[in-house]
Amino acid sequence: MKLTTILLALTLSFFLASCGDSPDGGGPEAVDTQFFGVTGYRVGPYGPSGAPIASGYIDYLRLLNERDGGINGVPVSWEECETEYNTAKGLECYERLKTRNKNGPTAIHPMSTGITYGLIDKAPIDKIPLITLGYGRTDASDGRVFPWVFPLMTNYWSQASAIVRFIAQKEGGLSKLNGRKIVLLYHDSAYGKEPHGILEKESENLGFSLVKIPVPHPGNEQQSQWMRIKKEQPDWVILWGWGVMSGTSIKTAKKIGFPREKMVGNWWSGAEVDTLAAGPSASTGYYAASMNLSGDHFAVVKEIRKYVYETGKGDDESYIGTVLWNRGVVQAMLTAEAVRLAQTKYGATSMTGAQVRWGIENLELTQSKLDSLGFGDMVPPIKVSCENHEGPGLVRFQQWDGVKWVAASDWIVGDKQLVRTMVEESAANYAREKNLTPACLDR
Amino acid sequence: MSFFLEVLIGGLLAGIMYSLVALGFVLIYKASGVFNFAQGAMVFFAALTFVGAQEKLGLPIWAAFPFSLALMILLGVLTEKVVLRPLVNQPPISLFMVTIGLTFFVEGLAQLFWGTKVYPLELGIPDEPIVTTFENWGISLAGVPIVLQEINSFDLIAAFVAGILVAILAIFFQITRVGRALRAVADDHQAALSVGIPLKTIWAIVWSVAGFVALIAGLMWGARNGVQFALTFVALKALPVLILGGFDSVLGAIVGGLIIGALEKLAEVYIGPFFGGGIEIWFAYVAALLFLLIRPEGLFGDKQIDRV
Repeated sequence: MKLTTILLALTLSFFLASCGDSPDGGGPEAVDTQFFGVTGYRVGPYGPSGAPIASGYIDYLRLLNERDGGINGVPVSWEECETEYNTAKGLECYERLKTRNKNGPTAIHPMSTGITYGLIDKAPIDKIPLITLGYGRTDASDGRVFPWVFPLMTNYWSQASAIVRFIAQKEGGLSKLNGRKIVLLYHDSAYGKEPHGILEKESENLGFSLVKIPVPHPGNEQQSQWMRIKKEQPDWVILWGWGVMSGTSIKTAKKIGFPREKMVGNWWSGAEVDTLAAGPSASTGYYAASMNLSGDHFAVVKEIRKYVYETGKGDDESYIGTVLWNRGVVQAMLTAEAVRLAQTKYGATSMTGAQVRWGIENLELTQSKLDSLGFGDMVPPIKVSCENHEGPGLVRFQQWDGVKWVAASDWIVGDKQLVRTMVEESAANYAREKNLTPACLDR
Repeated sequence: MSFFLEVLIGGLLAGIMYSLVALGFVLIYKASGVFNFAQGAMVFFAALTFVGAQEKLGLPIWAAFPFSLALMILLGVLTEKVVLRPLVNQPPISLFMVTIGLTFFVEGLAQLFWGTKVYPLELGIPDEPIVTTFENWGISLAGVPIVLQEINSFDLIAAFVAGILVAILAIFFQITRVGRALRAVADDHQAALSVGIPLKTIWAIVWSVAGFVALIAGLMWGARNGVQFALTFVALKALPVLILGGFDSVLGAIVGGLIIGALEKLAEVYIGPFFGGGIEIWFAYVAALLFLLIRPEGLFGDKQIDRV
């Protein structure tokens, strides 16, 4: 037999074998299930960051089924769609997932700012809430203009402001920032430019000088940027990176001898994939913001180990407890709790997108509720409202100790008033542009 | 002045890293006239295989290298058999297009075998700044001693590795029988076949050698940035090097790398701030394209003269 024929036969067999795998969780066709459409990216350039988030999300859904039989007796089902962090593929996934199940997807986590922008106008028409935890449009925090979009927890501007306060803590107080120099090393994209406005305001208000240095995509070579940093001699560097850029920044900082203890990454530059890429020892001392703590000591993580992994249904055990896997678990928990809350109003059956939207907008997770869910201090207490789709706006800082992330601060809040003013201004501009009348739904 | 020299030397050394990738392109172009779009994917595949063999198969580092090399050779042989052989004597654009398809296949295959995680790669090469002072040798500028802090031990070793690679490849191409056959095949497939040069064997050899070069480049870049999918992007850094140095010149890949590396770093540091920064990627391409207007075949490329 010719080699090409053998290869063709092997490929076909592999393809057919792959088609035989069915999604767990009952599949989207199961009767009266709460269906979760999972858009994520496990392959491609950003796969190392996307895979743990998707795994954490699905592992929590598995836990709900295995431990509780679903949400208030309604089994959970899901379907995962691979976006490769590509906007066109993400939109295609959304169109596919919205037709699944009688109610469509519970809520969509687009997992990309580009995909979020592409869905903002579609979501109100399809009545599918978008949850954009740590990405997307910052001004969507104003729920009167963006009733279907929920940044939840915190947004980019709150994060940037909290980073400034963290640096101030390290310097001995806000007043000590006067006369200091901070470099913002950012991914040269819309995402990287997101904190410019807030940091410029903070710089004016607090008296530090801000130097913005862009890194062209993908950022796998940063010699010249770090030479500029060396020339500027900043007191601190804020790293606003993504993908290979973050690890390369840390590595190049080591290469030129810049102390990692004077670097603070944002939450997309603060995962194990970033510090491991740079080399565990090169990253020692590096700080990063986070909206959730890492670690496998939380009760919910132990439950997932017990009900999901010990029964052989887990995704990838090596992800457990990492920053991004925990974030996926948090995303699933917030969505599931919104469903649970909606059920108290609409009845214990599967919820539609509009009903879940109400659930998210009225979500309140106190510390005792978080404790009962097994999350402890992995995330701060959360209260959402129509006006405030952001929630608490709190950020916590972690430091890489050479092996793992350890908490380096309590929950820190930025300049809330400044952030809120900027959010409302931006949202009002959007409303004018789109001819929208800001209003609260369901009121 | 010290700062300028640091930027310049840093750029030259960064350029050597680009040359490592560019060499793989040159090899295949030289032997088959094909611009191998899949070279970046091969760098990724090679590096991921090296770390994957250690992580997933438990091989020690000394065994992971021959294992990875064997897989790269297998990939090269299979590429010749399955992809290139049916396209002998087809127009160059067909061969180019097929390498685009090969890129996606190799990227997918690498992730299928070894997963999508990021792996740190420690080769035991120190990556620290070396403070160099010329004071001891009495070298100074207007009485001010020149102190360079940006020469990096890793970059120096990368330059050394690139130098050895070039020496090996130069000997291979110029002196050995196989090397001469490679050059004959590059000139004309049919003419080479007619004088008895085994085209299939030659292509399999050259793709295997390109696999070896991809492995070396993958290890050096992987040690710098971690082994991850983004290694495929290093090909973007090699393109202006090839345009400037010439697609079929090993020496051109090295000299082109040095020039592009130095130019882009100097431009980013000294001109970048006037444009808001972040200019180095497009600046490298603009510089290469401007050079193309003056010398289309590149600095060391063979001049194509067609009878009309």
